[in-house]
Parts: sequence; C-alpha cells; structure tokens
Amino acid sequence: MQTAYKKYFRDNLPHIWCPGCGNGIVMGAFARAIEMLDYDKDEVLVVSGIGCSSRITGYLDFNTLHTAHGRALAFATGAKVAEPRLKTFVIMGDGDAAAIGGNHFIHACRRNIDITTIIINNNIYGMTGGQFSPLTPKGRKATTAPYGNIDRSFDIVDLSKGAGATYIARGDVFHAFRLSYLIAEAARHKGFSVVEAVSTCPISYGRHNKFKGAADMVNYLKKRTIALNRASRMNPEALEGKIITGIFYESEDEEYCDAFERLEASVKKGARK
Amino acid sequence: MTKAKKPKLLQGNIACAMGAIKAGATFFGGYPITPSTEIAEYMAAQLPKAGGRFMQMEDEIASIGAIIGASCVGHKSFTATSGPGFSLMQELIGYACNAEIPIVIANVMRSGPSTGLPTLPAAQDVMQARWGTHGDHSIIAISPYSVKETYIQTIKAFNLAEKYRTPVIILMDEKIGHLREGFDVSDDEIPEIIQRKRTLDKENYIPYENTPSMVPEFIPLGCGARYHITGLTHNEKGFYTQKSDEVEKFLFRIYDKIEKNKEDICEYEMFEMDDAEVVIVSYGSVARSAKEAVSKLRASNVKAGLIRLITLWPFNDTLIYEKCHGKKLVLMPEMNLGQLSLEVERAIKDTPFYSLHGAKADLIDPKVMADKVISLLKERGEV
Repeated sequence: MQTAYKKYFRDNLPHIWCPGCGNGIVMGAFARAIEMLDYDKDEVLVVSGIGCSSRITGYLDFNTLHTAHGRALAFATGAKVAEPRLKTFVIMGDGDAAAIGGNHFIHACRRNIDITTIIINNNIYGMTGGQFSPLTPKGRKATTAPYGNIDRSFDIVDLSKGAGATYIARGDVFHAFRLSYLIAEAARHKGFSVVEAVSTCPISYGRHNKFKGAADMVNYLKKRTIALNRASRMNPEALEGKIITGIFYESEDEEYCDAFERLEASVKKGARK
Repeated sequence: MTKAKKPKLLQGNIACAMGAIKAGATFFGGYPITPSTEIAEYMAAQLPKAGGRFMQMEDEIASIGAIIGASCVGHKSFTATSGPGFSLMQELIGYACNAEIPIVIANVMRSGPSTGLPTLPAAQDVMQARWGTHGDHSIIAISPYSVKETYIQTIKAFNLAEKYRTPVIILMDEKIGHLREGFDVSDDEIPEIIQRKRTLDKENYIPYENTPSMVPEFIPLGCGARYHITGLTHNEKGFYTQKSDEVEKFLFRIYDKIEKNKEDICEYEMFEMDDAEVVIVSYGSVARSAKEAVSKLRASNVKAGLIRLITLWPFNDTLIYEKCHGKKLVLMPEMNLGQLSLEVERAIKDTPFYSLHGAKADLIDPKVMADKVISLLKERGEV
C-alpha cells in the first residue's frame, strides 16, 4: 500500500509546491483512494481549475484536464454528461471552488451529477502569494487583508448541503489515510460528492498568521480536528474553533446522467407511438 | 388537379440549430438570451432524438466550459448566445484556441453595448469575435446572409472547427436569426461532414506534435492515451513550458494553421463584379440591402458590384486587394460604427474608401447606400 500508488504518477516530479505544502499530501491521498477503488486508469478523468491545487492534474497519470480558474466543474460536467462511463474527479482550491467557481459549484451540487469533487482548503490564494479567500477565517491576515480579514467565510459542508450535494465529507492533511478513505467513499457514492480537504499553506498563509512553520500548521490540524461522532456528543462551547471531520451527509437521489437516460428512453418511446 | 408544392418557411435560428444536428453535434450547453434562444429551444427538443444531449447551464461561462469539456472527450459541441453572453464566453474562447479544442459558437448579434437593444440587430461584435479573448491567436468567424446559408454555413462551421481544431464563431445578427424565408436544400448542396483527424496510436501519442499540417491529431480523453490538456502554454507533450523556442513554435503554429490556410477557409460571393468600377463590400443581413443597392446603381448607369464576405475571420485581405485596389470607390456599409471597414481600408491601399455606418439598430436602406455612392462620385467629379 505504501508504494503501490506510485503507478498513478507521471514521471515529471518533483512538483512545484513550496516546502510544507499540503497539496502533495492530498495528491497522495487521492492516488491511494484510486488504489482502494481499483479503477482502470484509462477510465479516470481528473479535472482541475487554476491555482496551486490545480497543478495536481499535471502529475497524475490519468486522463487529465487543467481548465481555467473556477471553471473545472463546468468542463467536468460537459465531459461527464457526454461520456458518463468516465470516473470523473474534480480537484479545486478554496478560491477556485468557492469564489470564482462558486456558481458552478452550487449548480453541480443541485444537479447531483456523479462527480467526486475535492476542495483543497488551505484558507488562502497561494499561487498569487497569499490573498484572502471565501474560506479564510474572519480575523486572519492576508496580503489583501493586512489588518485582518473582515469577510465572513463559507462553510463548505453547509454550502454543499444547502445546494443539494448527496455526499459531503471533510478530512484533513494530518489524517492523510482517513482522507483517502473519505475520497474513496465519495467516489463509490452515486451522485455529486464533496470532500473538503483541510490543508496547510505555510508560506502564503502560515507566515502571516503566527504559525512557526509547516510542522506547526500540521500540529494545529492534529489538535483542532475532531471526529464528527465525538463532536456530536460535545456542547457548542467545547467545539469553538474546532475543525469537525467525517462524513456529514449521505443521501440518495436520481443521478443526473441517469436522468438523461430516463429522458431519452421516454423520448424514444414517444417517437414509437 | 395537383396541388402546388408549398414553400417551406424556416427561421434563421432554427436553420442554425438544424445545421448543427446535421453536422453531427451531440452536445449543446447554453443559457437563454435574446435573440438566440430559439436555437437552444430547438436543440432541447431535437438533440435527444438525434442521440445527443442538451444542457441548460447556470450561465454562459458554464455553457462554453461544458462544451469544451464534451469536445475533449470527443463530442462535436455547440453553444448559442448573444452580445452579453458572448462577452462572458471570451476567456474560454481563448482556452479552446490554446488547447486546440473544436467548438462552435453561434453569436446572434444584437445592438450594444451592455444590455443595449436585445431585440434589434447589429454587427457590433465583429471585432470582439476577432480579439475579444486576451492574447495573440487566430479565429474563424462566419457571417451568413440568409436562412439557407445559415444552415449550410453552420455545417461548414463544424467542419472547420474539426479540421483545424479551433473554435469557430457563427456571427449571425437578429435579422438573420429571426428571418423566416423559403428553405429548400437539396442533398447535393449539403457539405460533406468532416471529423477531426484521429490517430489510433495511443502508445506513441504526442498530443500537440508539430507536423507540416500544423493541426495535431486527436485522441479523445478517456480512450487510452492518458494525456494532459491545459490552457497553459505547452510543449508537444501537452505540459507547461516557458522555454522560449517551444513557446514561439507553439504560438506561431496555432496562429499559422488558420492564417496560412485562408484559401481553404475563406468563402465569399461575387455579384456584378466583372466590369465593376465601384465596389460595395458587405456581409450578413446588410449584404441583402447591398445587392439591391448594386442593382439600383446599375439602373443609374453606375458600374457597381458587390463582394459579399461569408468568412469574416481570418480576413481575406488578398481577395479584397485584388478586387478593389484601383477602383473608383469602395463602400463598406456595416451595422456598426465601422469595424470590418478598418480591415478593408487597410487592404485596399490608396483606393477611395467610404465606411457607411448603421447605428439605427436596423438594416441599412439600399437607397441610402446607392445615394451615398452617387454623391461621393459626384464630389470626385466621376459622374
């Protein structure tokens, strides 16, 4: 298991990410998830947007589509509807998914199309050097929030739930193997699934927010994360500032490509009459 | 007594949608917008019967994103929009140019800027079609002038998109989109349907190989080649590069594959040009008025002719120079403040030129064109 996932990488490493970046951990978790799922590499399509996270598609040995900022889900939706046989994954960053791509995100949730979406949340725009995103917590600093961020942030779990996603989970880069499990479960789920992967950006976020380095940030995640089943037994005061992880929501509804098949069958039937 | 065959009336927008299905489109992603909406409505009704899929997306950015995605996995893909929606699509038109993904976009032009006059025609997006997306690139844009031509040229738009692996824009206008006229197309008028050139050699596939044809062969994503498509400037293998020689080769290739194939791409019609001393250059619905203007001028003993451009981009400057240089006068009527006129003026070199602007959100009256020609000729003492 430790090395088996290497076959899912192209031979173009090393990657471009800064030392201590969480993206590599998520990429490893993703590759292990594919190993668990035992998918044929030729049948896997991985789509990304723009930003640090989006470079993952360049390193993975699948069918890979590196799109434009915020638009990964729009491209992936077209590809999946046209070729439903493809196991389709979308990997986005927090600004990518929740700011510029926010509209595509909620509508993909609404349609319940069978795409597994991983949002790598490092709380910042990393590629451009540390500007606040819709997932930067209020009060934190960024190059465009030098006096502290006054914007309220999204909660990806609540947002996905409200928009209609049928599988919603949150993991983190300290619990990397658990993250693999959450991604694999999301892929097994038929319908639109969201996995928020809470990550770390020591260079563009940590330095502005009193973190001493990469290890300090990962330790922060270790201390602050709490599993959903434990959290459910705790009172709100005790949960203040905690990052709750686990599978938050799972439900069944008609999948979008199945709805197309149903529509096409009824159109054909109508034509015969 | 046999009944006379009733003429079949058809709307321009419907002809466009029918052409797309005839060309083999199997995916449509769009967003409602006047005056193009009938195209989406027709596709929603007919595409499922033709084995394709219609999606109404959340906006025009999603629409073009989805059709690029569907084209990446091998489907002929199509969207239709108008001014404001076309503005929203600009970024991803550049993506399709850069990643060389065939798509077809119908832009049924309405009067702008901004929301403008949604139900009235214009040709104000001609330069936007050429330069609306950022960065150096070339583009193919076609402007049909009748319902029948809309059908034929939509099929050709798909053919060109497939052949050159590039976005193709059909620049209709509200008048052509909503015009209903006789539609009778015989089988031998329908162009041969072209598919993008594919290779089966997935083991040795070089997705963006530099070849003399300048158009790389295609394998759809998900068919065993496992390669990478990106909007970053890329090398032959499809991965990001900033090496100056690779960057330069790439940029010239995606530009030259269109600009150096004008003879294959560009279409036009000549009307009364054999002995013409005065040339009207026109396109789209205004060319209908221009034809009438030529007849009026001929009736007044002015030897006028018309070059009707069907392909606007790449701009056919060789043709315009050969046919217009040295004439008494070249007149270009356009439903804008002079957009393609700039290209014509550049191409004809030191030939008397007049750009006739149409800003009334309506067709330009043939009489206005003819009167203008005669008054200009009188000013010069040519009549």
